[in-house]
Amino acid sequence: MARYDRAITVFSPDGHLFQVEYALEAVRKGNAAVGVRGTDIVVLGVEKKSAAKLQDSRSVKKIVNLDDHIALACAGLKADARVLINRARIECQSHRLTVEDPVTVEYITRYIAGLQQKYTQSGGVRPFGLSTLIVGFDPYSGVPALYQTDPSGTFSAWKANATGRNSNSIREFLEKNYKETSGQETIKLAIRALLERG
Amino acid sequence: MECVFGFVGNGFAVVAADTSAVHSILVHKSNEDKIMVLDSHKLIAASGESGDRVQFTEYIQKNVALYQFRNGIPLTTAAAANFTRGELATALRKNPYFVNILLAGYDKETGPSLYYIDYIATLHKVDKGAFGYGSYFSLSMMDRHYHSGMTVEEAIDLVDKCIMEIRSRLVVAPPNFVIKIVDKDGAREYAWRESVKDAAVASA
Repeated sequence: MARYDRAITVFSPDGHLFQVEYALEAVRKGNAAVGVRGTDIVVLGVEKKSAAKLQDSRSVKKIVNLDDHIALACAGLKADARVLINRARIECQSHRLTVEDPVTVEYITRYIAGLQQKYTQSGGVRPFGLSTLIVGFDPYSGVPALYQTDPSGTFSAWKANATGRNSNSIREFLEKNYKETSGQETIKLAIRALLERG
Repeated sequence: MECVFGFVGNGFAVVAADTSAVHSILVHKSNEDKIMVLDSHKLIAASGESGDRVQFTEYIQKNVALYQFRNGIPLTTAAAANFTRGELATALRKNPYFVNILLAGYDKETGPSLYYIDYIATLHKVDKGAFGYGSYFSLSMMDRHYHSGMTVEEAIDLVDKCIMEIRSRLVVAPPNFVIKIVDKDGAREYAWRESVKDAAVASA
């Protein structure tokens, strides 16, 4: 099995892309991130590990803005996240420049997922070691949206989801307790989900 | 024939631009807004080749927005002006932009400022500036009546004096102007000065 790790363009005999699966492992080790969609609100929450005493924790940004109406949280390799976020921010402005309209949440999710996929099918590179949760409001319809991408480049829309450490138990909690909420109720649901540790 | 001028007052900067879009002898429209809101506290008044004007200013606007997302803090007016000049300079000896710009902004730390950036990438920080044939008249009026620390009322009065002078003395004077202002509360449209309104389209 180890022979199929080296070049990620190579499938293993049983159809695995090991580098992608190892990237998912890296995501599982990252800080938990949770996203919940309400009727008039979208909430992102991230677990903040207790910071080193001398570290200025304000400089560690775990939830970032991609544009005025889109935010992103991720779990996994934070250095890879910086690169992906930078490309997404450029794409948001580039889209505004060429078509004079802001991106939809789906568009930018598709773009980020496309980028992640490219790095699973190129020579000499490794996949990005992060899964992202992308939230925002559609600029025309005003409908809230929550999407998730992962290192393989797949993406889908969710009512609520979690990624990173303990994401399975957090997702189970969300499945049991999710209902259509708005405003403060949605925020409370996200916080309670994060507090739910396996 | 395009007229753009502006100056700095007490805690604000004001810019005015004509609003005619002209091609040879035809006036396409007389309500073309040539003063772009670059970000919450910056205005970019541009004149010149109309394709270049829109392309270049929109490009600058998107790059200024990108900087803000990347760094979590807006560019200062001086930084935006220097960036704009740099882009003009880089393109100058390959594929120049024929755009003249007055960049007005307000920074919390340094107050209002105005930058004169011409199409061959000259950059000057100024108290008052103007472009186009109208500059012959507006600069003279400003030389006569401008003093530092003008109030908004005094400033608009001076802007109107300049517009009057342009209208009466320039042979093909643009009929309409737009005035925009930027101060601690942000960049916004102040007023239009219209002597010719676009005719409403007749219903079918």
